[in-house]
Amino acid sequence: MRSRLALTARHRLRLDLALPRIFRLKPAKFKYIAPNSSEEVVSHLASYNGEARCLSGGQSLLPLMNFRLIRPEALIDLNRCPGLDYLRRDDGQLVIGPMTTQSTVEYSDLVKTCCPLITKTMIYLGSPTIRNRGTIGGTLAHADRTAELPAVAVALEAELIAQSPMGIRRIAADDFFRGDLSTDLRTDEMLLEIRFPVSPAGSLSAFTEATNRHHDLALAGVAVHLELAEGGLVANARIVCNGIAPSPVRLKRVEQTLCGTRADDDAVRDAVQFSLEGVEPEGDIHASADYRSAALPRLVARALQQAVADGPRLQ
Amino acid sequence: MSDEKLLVRMSVNGRKIERRVEPRLLLADFLRSELRLTGTHVGCAHGVCGACTVLINGNTGRSCIAFAVQMEGASIETVESLAGNGPLSPLQEAFHEHHALQCGFCTPGFLMTANQLLKRNPDPTEQEIRRALAGNLCRCTGYVNIVRAVKAAARKMRTAAAGTKSVPATPSANN
Repeated sequence: MRSRLALTARHRLRLDLALPRIFRLKPAKFKYIAPNSSEEVVSHLASYNGEARCLSGGQSLLPLMNFRLIRPEALIDLNRCPGLDYLRRDDGQLVIGPMTTQSTVEYSDLVKTCCPLITKTMIYLGSPTIRNRGTIGGTLAHADRTAELPAVAVALEAELIAQSPMGIRRIAADDFFRGDLSTDLRTDEMLLEIRFPVSPAGSLSAFTEATNRHHDLALAGVAVHLELAEGGLVANARIVCNGIAPSPVRLKRVEQTLCGTRADDDAVRDAVQFSLEGVEPEGDIHASADYRSAALPRLVARALQQAVADGPRLQ
Repeated sequence: MSDEKLLVRMSVNGRKIERRVEPRLLLADFLRSELRLTGTHVGCAHGVCGACTVLINGNTGRSCIAFAVQMEGASIETVESLAGNGPLSPLQEAFHEHHALQCGFCTPGFLMTANQLLKRNPDPTEQEIRRALAGNLCRCTGYVNIVRAVKAAARKMRTAAAGTKSVPATPSANN
């Protein structure tokens, strides 16, 4: 074997020309299917019986495929399926098509008006480049434990609409997320639409998370949504964490403690001490369980203070 | 499973391209191996390092986590589009002047990402530059000179825009 140092530039060029066929193919082979309608998508899903995956933005799916952690028999590309990419307000709900990119949602005035919590959370999802390709439906259906949007969907009591060859089914966000990379969607179902109730006037919201660097994976995150009754008392509180367990976790005791208060400094201090009640943050290579347990109350306090500081949603 | 090759048509740096590709061929490898546009670098191959960043229909995207076959009808711009055969772009010049690269491996991705930032925001703060570039990894420079170069390029581009009386692009909604 020749020494690597002996390779001249010309040798290297020749190697480069000879080898790409071996080195350039990273994912395992798959059948590529690009249907034109959601009906076709679900009929393909059904025929592959769990061996096919939907391809939306691909920002989580392709890394798994490049490392061959998954080898789907077929990819069903939703990108050529018209009519899955929209944002509209409909009957007290913000309705989002699953193929709407995260960047589109991030910059949308409609989203900011209807559900400010979504807008506030978008800058935490990956980098701007990831958000250009990543979709709303993709991040929800992928259901990574560190993803931010599942926690927001639970906080805002979103409704996820699934389509299968049998028809259409509505799933509450509370029931949708089932564990690591696991949702209530069956193998013959696709996520067809996401509906967020328009946040009531006067509601407060915030999102915050702990990461090693901005737009790294969340070590722990907290979404806060508070609805205020007449007189400024909290009537409904939803406080949901990402990154600490396989799926989003509601901090019910904190929610209960905040209800009926004005969410002022004293109320926040009282509520935050219950952040770990019924919750056991898990440890992994990114952060220990102790770290997450120490971080969580601080994140809850920060999110609540931020929600109050941001002020109520108008209209 | 399939060995079948599919026809894909796209525009790359303004040139119409038509090729038959295996579905599993990544856009980054298509650009490098099929089109010999080796300015786009593949670092991590799972969407973390940003070295493979290109523009897909005008927005930055990572070419290592997109399939070439998905690019039917798309317009792609790679780092080779910044200067073409002409002089360096102001951003590239600023990288050169401020020593914003050492080994250069990550540079194509930084250029494409910073280029989009400056189109959306002609006068970014240091914080905005750092946030915009946080998805690109550089193991040599410590980022200080990269941030400096982007600031300098922004200044130069604003001056040039004011000189020609053209209105600088305002940050606008994506898509």
